[in-house]
Amino acid sequence: MSEFEAIMRSLITGFGNTCLLFILTLVMAIPLGLLITFGSMAKFRPIKYLTKGFVWIIRGTPLMLQILLVSFLPKYVFGSTVKIWANALGFSVSQMSFVFVIIAFVINYACYFSEIYRSGIESIPKGQYEAGKVLGMTKRQIFSKVVLFQVLKRIVPPMSNETITLVKDTVLAFTLSVVDLLTAAKDAVNVYVTLSPLVYAGIFFLVFNGALTLLFGYIEKKMSFYKE
Amino acid sequence: MAFLEIKGFQKSFGDINVLKGVDVSLEKGEVLSVIGSSGSGKTTLLRCINFLEAVDNGVMVLDGETLISSEGGKKENERAIRKKMLNFGLVFQSFNLFPQYTVIKNITLAPTLLLKENIKAFEKELKGDKTLTSRERRIRVSEFKANQRGKIEENAIELLRAVGLEDKAEAYPCQLSGGQCQRVAIARALALNPKVLCFDEPTSALDPELTGEVLKVIRSLKGKDRTMIIVTHEMEFARNVSDKIIFMADGVVEAQGTPDEIFSQVSSERLTHFLSNISGREGV
Repeated sequence: MSEFEAIMRSLITGFGNTCLLFILTLVMAIPLGLLITFGSMAKFRPIKYLTKGFVWIIRGTPLMLQILLVSFLPKYVFGSTVKIWANALGFSVSQMSFVFVIIAFVINYACYFSEIYRSGIESIPKGQYEAGKVLGMTKRQIFSKVVLFQVLKRIVPPMSNETITLVKDTVLAFTLSVVDLLTAAKDAVNVYVTLSPLVYAGIFFLVFNGALTLLFGYIEKKMSFYKE
Repeated sequence: MAFLEIKGFQKSFGDINVLKGVDVSLEKGEVLSVIGSSGSGKTTLLRCINFLEAVDNGVMVLDGETLISSEGGKKENERAIRKKMLNFGLVFQSFNLFPQYTVIKNITLAPTLLLKENIKAFEKELKGDKTLTSRERRIRVSEFKANQRGKIEENAIELLRAVGLEDKAEAYPCQLSGGQCQRVAIARALALNPKVLCFDEPTSALDPELTGEVLKVIRSLKGKDRTMIIVTHEMEFARNVSDKIIFMADGVVEAQGTPDEIFSQVSSERLTHFLSNISGREGV
């Protein structure tokens, strides 16, 4: 096996973890974000302020700190060790670390997404709701048939931004020794005493984000059959 | 009792009393215009009639049915209010068409959603009939659905023809001029066949050269038993189209009567002032 091939293999393993983290975070944070949006827009004040406070804490502290805190939860909140948890759930300790990372990422990104959703929902003119109302629609119908699509169209650009940031944020997984793309590259740098793995890792990121940019561009174009 | 009877409508926003006891009565098929300067409460009156705002006090009776009674009208559930709202149609100043739907879908959306509720009711009704097998029942329901869908579609095309836009059925609102948008909005409001059709300054957001086409459409709706309430700044139009005009100032009806009584035999000082200001502006 050539050195290049060996480097690529370890990079691809790391990239696999990066992709898994990216996809799982998106799949879970997108719906959770909507739930948080409803919370922060709730008419019932306690729920509203509790949610807003939570979003403030999550957006106001570093993601790396949140990852560390999540990993300490079993010990300091529940008084048991990570090992016991891992055994109970049928994971290895390193898989358990991956779970902690995902939990932190999902919560963090859900909060950011929720603010994007909220801005989208609040940017829809009041007249759209009123038109739905005078036409006898229920609140739910107004949301699903009138407002939702317009909101989606408006939030595609900021969501694309946040998604691209997520790709790059996955490198924070190293906090709990999860081997992501960049960690794999750094390891390869040490093993083969060459800087090229870092360049390759950069290219991986660029290609991935390039593909995402194209995808979001396509979605935007598909949704631009009307203008406001 | 008149077809539409409004008594003592009061509405305030915080400390500001916008309506200070407004009475309106209107017969079936009549056209009422509401005029007055900005801030006189015209639009608020219309929004209260359409249940977009809850009145603080007042009574509204339409066609013998009490829609708002002075005690506790606000605590009603969404469903009851929704049903009452359907007695009225409203055309907004800023059209408020749904931008993501074609013209025809804008018109058919609300009736189609209402149809879904009717289908549920129809299914329930059939369930009571024990002589039908479940298969027959299903066939009847789908026939009913197809039939009603077709009617909604036909009606929408008919309405588009009435407002002169049958060739724009598949266009999106963003491809239309303001006047065309407003005509679609009128067709959309008519699709639910409301007992009273309301217009909130329907031409105020339009370029002057586009107001004519909208006013022409509104005028064409007169007669045909169509009861209408129009809040407007178009004095000539109000004079020509109305059976009755009310002039509002400071949250009360300052003067009311036939167009002749309002414009030719001015009875109120404020109305004189308002009309002279308007004519002064039109003369410029």
